[in-house]
Amino acid sequence: MVSQLTRDERGSAMILCVILTLFGATLGLMGRDDVLGWHGALLALSGMVLLFVVMNKLYDPDPDPDRVTRYYDDPTKVGVIVSMMWLVFATFVGDWVAWLLVYPEATFDAGWSSFGRLRPVHTTGVIFGFGGNALIATSFHVLQRTSRARLAGSLAPWIVLIGFNLFCLLAVTGYMFGITASKEYAEPEWYADLFLVVIWVVYFVLYLRTLARRQEPHIYVANWYFLAFILVVAILHIINNLAVPVSLGHAKSYSLFSGVQDAMTQWWYGHNAVAFFLTSGFLGMLYYYLPRRAGRPIFSYRMSIISFWGITFLYMWAGSHHLHYTALPHWVQNLGMTFSIILVVPSWASAGHALLTLNGAWEKVRDDATLRFMFVAAVFYGLSTFEGSFMAIRPVNSLSHYTDWTVGHVHAGALGWVAMITFGTFYTLVPMLWNRERMYSSRLIEAHFWLALAGTVIYVFAMWNSGIVQGLMWRAYAENGTLAYSFIDSVDAMRPYYFARAVGGFLFFLGGVIGLYNIWMTTRMPTMEKPPVYDLPPVVEAEPAE
Amino acid sequence: MTKPERDPYTGLMTTGHEWNGIKELMTPIPGLVKFFLTTTILIAVLLWILFPTWPYGPNYTKGVLGVDQRSLVQEVLVKAASLRSVWEEQFTTTDMAILEGDPDAMAFVRMHGERLFEDNCSACHGLDAAGGPGFPSLVDDQWLWGGDFETILETLRVGINAKHEDTRYAEMLAFGDEGMLSSAERQAVTAYVISLSRPDELTEKQAGRLAEGTELFAENCASCHGEDGAGSRDVGAPNLTDGFWIYGGDANSITATLRHGRVGVMPYWEDRLTEADRRLLTLYVRDLGARD
Ligand code: HEC
Ligand code: HEC
Ligand code: HEM
Ligand code: HEM
Repeated sequence: MVSQLTRDERGSAMILCVILTLFGATLGLMGRDDVLGWHGALLALSGMVLLFVVMNKLYDPDPDPDRVTRYYDDPTKVGVIVSMMWLVFATFVGDWVAWLLVYPEATFDAGWSSFGRLRPVHTTGVIFGFGGNALIATSFHVLQRTSRARLAGSLAPWIVLIGFNLFCLLAVTGYMFGITASKEYAEPEWYADLFLVVIWVVYFVLYLRTLARRQEPHIYVANWYFLAFILVVAILHIINNLAVPVSLGHAKSYSLFSGVQDAMTQWWYGHNAVAFFLTSGFLGMLYYYLPRRAGRPIFSYRMSIISFWGITFLYMWAGSHHLHYTALPHWVQNLGMTFSIILVVPSWASAGHALLTLNGAWEKVRDDATLRFMFVAAVFYGLSTFEGSFMAIRPVNSLSHYTDWTVGHVHAGALGWVAMITFGTFYTLVPMLWNRERMYSSRLIEAHFWLALAGTVIYVFAMWNSGIVQGLMWRAYAENGTLAYSFIDSVDAMRPYYFARAVGGFLFFLGGVIGLYNIWMTTRMPTMEKPPVYDLPPVVEAEPAE
Repeated sequence: MTKPERDPYTGLMTTGHEWNGIKELMTPIPGLVKFFLTTTILIAVLLWILFPTWPYGPNYTKGVLGVDQRSLVQEVLVKAASLRSVWEEQFTTTDMAILEGDPDAMAFVRMHGERLFEDNCSACHGLDAAGGPGFPSLVDDQWLWGGDFETILETLRVGINAKHEDTRYAEMLAFGDEGMLSSAERQAVTAYVISLSRPDELTEKQAGRLAEGTELFAENCASCHGEDGAGSRDVGAPNLTDGFWIYGGDANSITATLRHGRVGVMPYWEDRLTEADRRLLTLYVRDLGARD
């Protein structure tokens, strides 16, 4: 990989590694009396390892000057593999957390393995580790093909990929040490947040510069979505994480907002993280890989436009539905509710758009598990957004809020939509990346499909049941004005559902392991003499003399 | 840029854009989408008119229905209070001894008390109130402070080693950490404590130290636990002769108790449960079989 960088870029890479090492060392020294010290050491160590890797290849010959006639896919390759590794790790932890709710004693009496610490390890691992890497990897791939231009720079994609994974590592290890900013999906502390800001700006600039090089007159829909994802996540991340550290030597910080403003900022962030991380980015994937795989044109350009602007505009208003019946003023709740109701229309338009695009390719959906993954993803996307809009209605939310119904909704979206679209995408993408005719084993894809589907269905049904039972038990009153059930009664009633969910989760996890194996074996397949041609090559302008 | 062309399957025209083989059809937006978009927007506008929604300057639109979540909650609270008032009145004013003899009242105690207990007390005392390491059983007939109506009620009101200003204080001193008894002395007194409830379990070594232990106990412990080790309810010191243990009666647990001391914390409930609830719980705890 280093040999794909020019000598100059190798020099810049070394400087960056030194900066990372120094940053880590400074953090480590300032925080030597705190857990922050460990994180400083981790960064410094990573900097040194990377430095060593670069130096080792420093005097390798310069890369082939013809490289500009090819797309730059090494970061995408690494991203795909890393993403699948995060998936296996984080769904393993997710299933562990699920078993903890059945057998709470399964923490082996260690602090790091308690429910409260493993849970964010799971959520960060799946959303950022798995989802984030998948988005970075596919966005690079899609961007280049739809622009017919090579990535603007060979170093920047590595900064994004490696930096982002370091951030995930800081986050996940931090939780196990007990570090948390206590904002859901934004748990990492100030130093990790600042680090991510730098990485994300590099990502944004790289994306824009490549887009500016594009040789197609129009920007493809997928890129609108990826760009929205990158830009809005940057805004969300910066605003929600505004905080003052206790001191530069401590991991702990305090939010700049307090009370109900803090709650509203957090859920404005939280809901738009769902919108722009778990929805926009993955819609970007869908818009490229689904038509590619199905071999069909996009059903309607106009539907793309209204769905895109509908989703982008409406989600911004909807965050307050996470705070129904709280100290948040009534009018803010109502406003969020009404926008959430309208939101179902562009969401369903997107899901319907995917299905309509499959018109004319249904026999492929039947026969090809890869395309079936994408089809099921679109169905679950429709399902979870309808459910979401329904749950956003205040009286419905009074039943669903705080219950497992929310968790069921989350995983209908996360497993059914986010993960399935990613699997379908990876199985389409991996043979393209490694120039293979097909995946290593189509039977393993088929096995993965059924495991994932069974796991998701079991998970979601179990949570619908447990959520509604919980909700009804909590609100049941005896005629003398006392509660009909104690809280522990409702916990006890959850046992069979939690058990089922953990079993379903295990199936899903197993599918992920099979997927990783299948992808790995595909990369090991012998190269063919005449590899298939998947892409039109980049259009190379006469290079300005450098 | 390619030319718009006709898609053979749908018969629709493409837009003429193409990206790496992906084309787009020029399909108009389906009527269904327009219909639902209009409907949901109309629903939203209707809700804006009916309910509080839009901010302006320092205020917000109140909605023509004049609904407000605070007053809604207030209504529900008032209704619940009126349902509760029937029995709350009875449980606050009637003497607990009389209630204990009233089968109807006790049927209510068993139902509502169980829920109150599970929601507030089980986390420490266990679902069955039988306690666990560090938390005393409430179903046996052994008491730290006493099992009559007034004592239990007071324990609930002020707690033990809690933050209430009248709380009950009870501390087992850290004889080891504070350097009051040497390790050998602690072992001797442990032998004596074991002999109080299970004399036949003493090892030979322990039996040899019994005399020293007896003496040490009289000097150091009797002031709280009593001459005979039967405890004292005035200071909340447990009975050491009865075979019930909070922290464990094996030699290791007892030595640990002697070395580091013990301070159990029972929260106070005056601010969190009404007087009626506390009385009801008193009856419930006694009904579990732990009368004095
Ligand atoms: C946070 C844990 C905790 C909770 C919750 C708790 N207790 Fe206790 N309770 C204790 C401990 C510890 C003791 C013993 C204190 C000591 O060792 O000195 C105790 C002692 C008592 C005693 C005195 C026993 C005696 O022998 O005199 C009563 C009665 C009691 N609890 C009832 C309750 C009731 C009723 C509730 C629920 C409203 C409750 N407790 C909730 C920890 C708790
Ligand atoms: C200042 C009064 C005081 C003195 C002196 C005292 N204790 Fe205690 N002891 C207590 C109290 C109060 C407790 C209950 C602590 C709790 O539950 O939090 C207790 C608890 C214990 C227990 C644990 C009982 C159980 O159920 O697990 C043992 C054993 C014990 N004491 C032994 C002794 C011995 C032996 C001595 C003398 C060396 C001694 N104590 C001196 C007040 C005293
Ligand atoms: C093997 C599969 C999985 C299992 C067994 C699993 C299990 C769990 C469990 C037990 C929780 C905690 C629920 C609670 O606190 O009651 C949880 C939360 C969560 N999981 Fe998963 N999970 C899996 C896969 C995923 C994936 C793939 C994603 C995302 C792409 C995901 C996203 C989340 C999120 C966002 C939450 C937080 C939900 C909330 O706060 O309401 N999970 N998961
Ligand atoms: C129209 C689209 C959607 C709407 C209106 C919507 C609405 C809602 C509502 C009302 C809640 C419950 C809030 C509460 O009671 O606490 C919720 C929770 C959640 N939803 Fe959605 N949802 C939508 C789509 C999605 C999608 C596609 C995902 C993708 C994975 C998703 C992920 C989540 C997550 C992670 C939570 C849990 C937040 C928490 O931790 O509490 N949602 N959503």
